[in-house]
Amino acid sequence: MSSTLYDLIGLAAGVCFILALKGLSHPKTARRGNLIGAFGATLATLVVFFYVTPPRDGSEAHSLPLHNFWWIIGAIAVGLIIGVPAARKVQMTQMPQLVALFNGVGGGAAALVAIVEYLNLGTEATTAEVIFTVFTVVVGCVSFSGSIVTFLKLQELMTTRPVVFPGGRFVIAATLAAVLGVSVWVVAALGTTPLLILAVLSLIFGILFVLPVGGADVPIVISLLNAFTGLTVAASGYVLNSTLLIIAGTLVGASGTILTRLMAEAMGRSLFGTLFGAFTAKPQDVAGAGEERPVRSGSPDDVAILLNYARRVVIVPGFGLAVAQAQHTVRELADLMISKGIDVAYGIHPVAGRMPGHMNVLLAEANVPYDQLAEMDEVNPTFGQTDVAIVIGANDVVNPAAKTTPGCPIYGMPILEVSNAANVIFLKRSMRPGFAGIENELLYDPKTMLLFGDAKASLTKVVSALKAL
Amino acid sequence: MEAMAIVSIFVLAVFVGFEVVSKVSSTLHTPLMSGANAIHGVILVGAIIVADHSKTNLELGLSLAAIVLATINMVGGFVVTDRMLEMFKGNKKGADK
Repeated sequence: MSSTLYDLIGLAAGVCFILALKGLSHPKTARRGNLIGAFGATLATLVVFFYVTPPRDGSEAHSLPLHNFWWIIGAIAVGLIIGVPAARKVQMTQMPQLVALFNGVGGGAAALVAIVEYLNLGTEATTAEVIFTVFTVVVGCVSFSGSIVTFLKLQELMTTRPVVFPGGRFVIAATLAAVLGVSVWVVAALGTTPLLILAVLSLIFGILFVLPVGGADVPIVISLLNAFTGLTVAASGYVLNSTLLIIAGTLVGASGTILTRLMAEAMGRSLFGTLFGAFTAKPQDVAGAGEERPVRSGSPDDVAILLNYARRVVIVPGFGLAVAQAQHTVRELADLMISKGIDVAYGIHPVAGRMPGHMNVLLAEANVPYDQLAEMDEVNPTFGQTDVAIVIGANDVVNPAAKTTPGCPIYGMPILEVSNAANVIFLKRSMRPGFAGIENELLYDPKTMLLFGDAKASLTKVVSALKAL
Repeated sequence: MEAMAIVSIFVLAVFVGFEVVSKVSSTLHTPLMSGANAIHGVILVGAIIVADHSKTNLELGLSLAAIVLATINMVGGFVVTDRMLEMFKGNKKGADK
C-alpha cells in the first residue's frame, strides 16, 4: 500500500471520529455516532497491517507482513478476551468505574508506546521527540495510576472521602517538582534509567493527585484524565509521525476538556478547586458525629396512605436506588400512582448516580418513559405544588446544606429543592451520610418521614400497601 | 513531518473538538465521555507500529503489553458506550423487555 493511500485512510478514520463526537452530542444520533467511531477505529487498526513505516535512516521499508505479526495478533486477541466480556457483563451501576479503568489502561498504553519508541530511537531522537516522549510518559502514567485510584474509590474498595494526610500538599508539591526535575534530566541526558525513574515518579504523582479528591468530584477527575489521555495519544502521534493519532488524540483532549467544564458546571463545582484540591485540602472536622437526634420514621403503610391522598408526587432517584436494583419496582409504583390519577414525575439531578447522566441510563434500563423524567430546572419550580417528594437512595443532591452552609464540600452545587414540597419521604438504608460524607439537615425536618430498609424491599411493601387501599 | 503542518493540524483539531461538544445535555455526558474514551483507544495503532519496530525482547514485551491495554480501551469502550445508548433507544420505542 502506498503511503498516500495509507494517509488518506487515516484521514478518513479521523473524520469518522469527528462525526462520532458530533453524533454523541445529540440523543437521536448518539448510538449511530458511537458506531461510526467504532468503524473509524477498526479501519485505522486494519490498515496499519498493510503499510510499513520506512526506517528513519531513509533505507527501504521491510516487506509485509509486519515484524512480530503473530505476537501482535495474539496480543489483540488477549485484549479482546479481557475487554469485551468486561464491557458486556458490567452492571450499569458499576459502569462509571469501568469507564475509568478503560481510560487508565489507554493512558498506560500511550506511556508504554512512548517508552518503547524512545528505547528504539536511542540517541537518534531529536530534542522535540524527547520532549513529546517525556510528556506522554508523565501524563500517561498519571492518567493510569490516577484512574486506578478513581476505580478503587467508585468500587468502594477504598474510602470515598478525600484522603488527606498531614503535610500532604508538601509531599504532592515535592513529587511534582521531582517529576519536572527528572523530565529536564531526561531531555538533557537521554538515558533509559532516567526515563524509568520518571515513569515511576509519575505513577506516584497520579495516586497523590487523586487521593484528596472527594467522592462527588470523582467523575470530574475521570473526565479530566480522559482528556489527558487524549493529549498523550496526540503526543505519541508526533513521535510516531502519525497524523491520525494527532487528530484523534487532540479531538479527545479538546472535547474532553470542554466536557469536564460542562460537568463541573452541572455540579456547581469550580474546576480549579477540584483540580487543586490536592494542594488546598485540609483535614476536615467531622461535624455532629455521634450526636443522636430524633427523626420521624414511618412504616410502608404510612407512606402508602400519604401517597394515596396526594395529587402530585415527585420521585427523586439516587444511586441507592440503582444499588438496590429497584428501578423496576419504582416504575411499578409510579404506574400504580398514575392509574390512581396522581400526577407523577421523576426529578433527575444532573449528577444523580455517580456521573452526569448516569441516572438517565439506569432508568432507561428499567423502561421508564422519557416524558416522566424531568430535569432539575424543570422540576424545581413545581415542588411548591407537590404534595409528596419521595427521595430514594439519594442524599447529597437534595441536601439544603449546598445552599445554606458556606464551606461545606458541596456548597454551591445546585440541588433539587424537595424541602419546598408539603411532605418529604426518604427511603434509606441507614442514617449514614451520602457519597460526599455530609450530614443532611432535611432528615430531621418535621415534615420528613423516613422509611428505613433496602430500597427494593421497602418499595415492594409500599406498592402492595397502596394496592390494598 | 513539517512542524508547521503538525501545529496546523493540532490547532484545527482543538477547535473542532471544542465545537462539536459545546452544547450537550447532561443526559449525554456519560455516554459522550465513554465514547471519547474509546476513541483514544486508537493508540492501538501506535502500539502496533512500535511492535513492528521492536528489536529487543524488552521492547517487544512492552509493546505487546501496550497492544493488550489499548485493545481493552478501544473495544471495551465502544461496547460499553453502545450498551448505554441501546437502553435509551429501547426506551424511546416504549418496548417492554
